[in-house]
Amino acid sequence: MIEVKNLNKSFGAKQILKGISAVFEPGKCNLIIGASGSGKTVLMKSIVGLIPVNNGSIIYNHDTDFLNIDDAGRKELRKQIGMLFQGSALFDSLTVEKNVIFPLNMFTNMTFKEKMSRVNECLERVNLKEANKLYPNELSGGMKKRVGIARAIVMNPKYLFCDEPNSGLDPQTSIVIDKLIKDITDDYKITTIVNTHDMNSVMEIGDYVLFLYKGEKFWEGSRNEIMNATNQQLNDFIFAGRFFREIKEQNTKRLSEEKNK
Amino acid sequence: MVEIGVGSVGIVVIVSVFLGAVVTVQTAYQLTTPLISKSIIGSIAANSIILELAPTVTVLILAGKIGSNIASELGTMRISEQIDALEIMGVHSSAYLVLPKILASTLMIPLLVIISAFLSIYAGMWVGEFTGAVTKEDFMTGAIQYWIPFMANFALIKATTFGFIISSVSSYYGYYTEGGALEVGRSATRAVVVCCVLILLFDYILAQLLL
Ligand SMILES: Nc1ncnc2c1ncn2[C@@H]1O[C@H](COP(=O)(O)OP(=O)(O)OP(=O)(O)O)[C@@H](O)[C@H]1O
Ligand SMILES: [Mg+2]
Repeated sequence: MIEVKNLNKSFGAKQILKGISAVFEPGKCNLIIGASGSGKTVLMKSIVGLIPVNNGSIIYNHDTDFLNIDDAGRKELRKQIGMLFQGSALFDSLTVEKNVIFPLNMFTNMTFKEKMSRVNECLERVNLKEANKLYPNELSGGMKKRVGIARAIVMNPKYLFCDEPNSGLDPQTSIVIDKLIKDITDDYKITTIVNTHDMNSVMEIGDYVLFLYKGEKFWEGSRNEIMNATNQQLNDFIFAGRFFREIKEQNTKRLSEEKNK
Repeated sequence: MVEIGVGSVGIVVIVSVFLGAVVTVQTAYQLTTPLISKSIIGSIAANSIILELAPTVTVLILAGKIGSNIASELGTMRISEQIDALEIMGVHSSAYLVLPKILASTLMIPLLVIISAFLSIYAGMWVGEFTGAVTKEDFMTGAIQYWIPFMANFALIKATTFGFIISSVSSYYGYYTEGGALEVGRSATRAVVVCCVLILLFDYILAQLLL
């Protein structure tokens, strides 16, 4: 579980995060949604400490105050964190296999055979089997994402962060990735935080949804509540696409017809 | 290590051969009086090569190659979030990425300077012979006659210092790159410029202190 309280972050005079508070519970897919530039990536990187915040607090697992932690403690905690970056961030001098095995080499005493079987298990989970020996520049954007996810989960993290896991993926693979994230979260009861602006993902896996609008929390709730939310900005965001707008219209029509009967 | 060392041998060979040849020809050109023994050409050429040309001029060129290489590699890792990815895993990214580079460069550059000095002197000797300015034997006699062992130590001290400057300065500029591909190029350029200035400055300081 991760709890953030009153997080503020400015770059220069520009305030990017404005007093964000939220609780991300374990065993749930916690989604951060919002338009491009609303501060999703900055929020996620602040929570994992890659971006120093101005003030606020970030508490991991009830008692670990992440902003007042010594280097050793931070290192220990980070071994329990897996993160997929928006641009995948694969090490481009290493093959796919070496990318995924990297954390195992750094932090475990497993034998090479054990490590390889773990690596292949993770690559299989993301539907990538015949790419072991390829270099990142030989992969498509979606394949890179999947390798990034494999690398993020290889250490069995307690906290999983995914920055737009399915942007740039075809709808079918997107669903596979969403399902994968959901399964991992359910299986290991880990705390998962996903940045996305894909409404399909929201409806698919959004156990908890935090809507960011220009760096502020405008709404929070579950995917079941989101369709009937009254927040104007949220509605503009969700129903920007025709598909969801039509669902909403049909929904309202059906409701009013039922009422009329 | 291999990248910094072996990858730079080619350029070191080219630069050293020409430096050696040029310094011999120019020294011979200046020494026209028959009163001085021809072997003095060998002595002057060897001295300038060991004291300045091999450890400083060659290293300035290496600063261009190795410095921009290190800065752009780390800069690219920074902007493509690879350094963030290391940090998130709990790896101490600066130690993991930068220390091996400083180690490699501080060890390999003196080695390259030794190669450079030998090649330059050898090239100088042959150029003297071919142009008829000074025979091989005279050249070597001069080079050996006025040989001071401390010169070799001095050259190595310089080379080690410069090796450390190149790797640490360019790592710094690469590691702290912010922005995009444009900034990576900018970091690399800045790293090379700062390396060159520092090398010249320390060249002077070391000469003042040690000679
Ligand atoms: N290092 C930085 N320096 C200055 N401003 C920054 C920096 N990083 C992000 N910003 C600003 O913060 C705002 C939020 O950026 P962020 O990357 O979090 O958006 P996002 O919600 O992740 O968008 P997207 O969906 O496009 O990824 C943007 O206006 C951006 O200009
Ligand atoms: Mg983003």
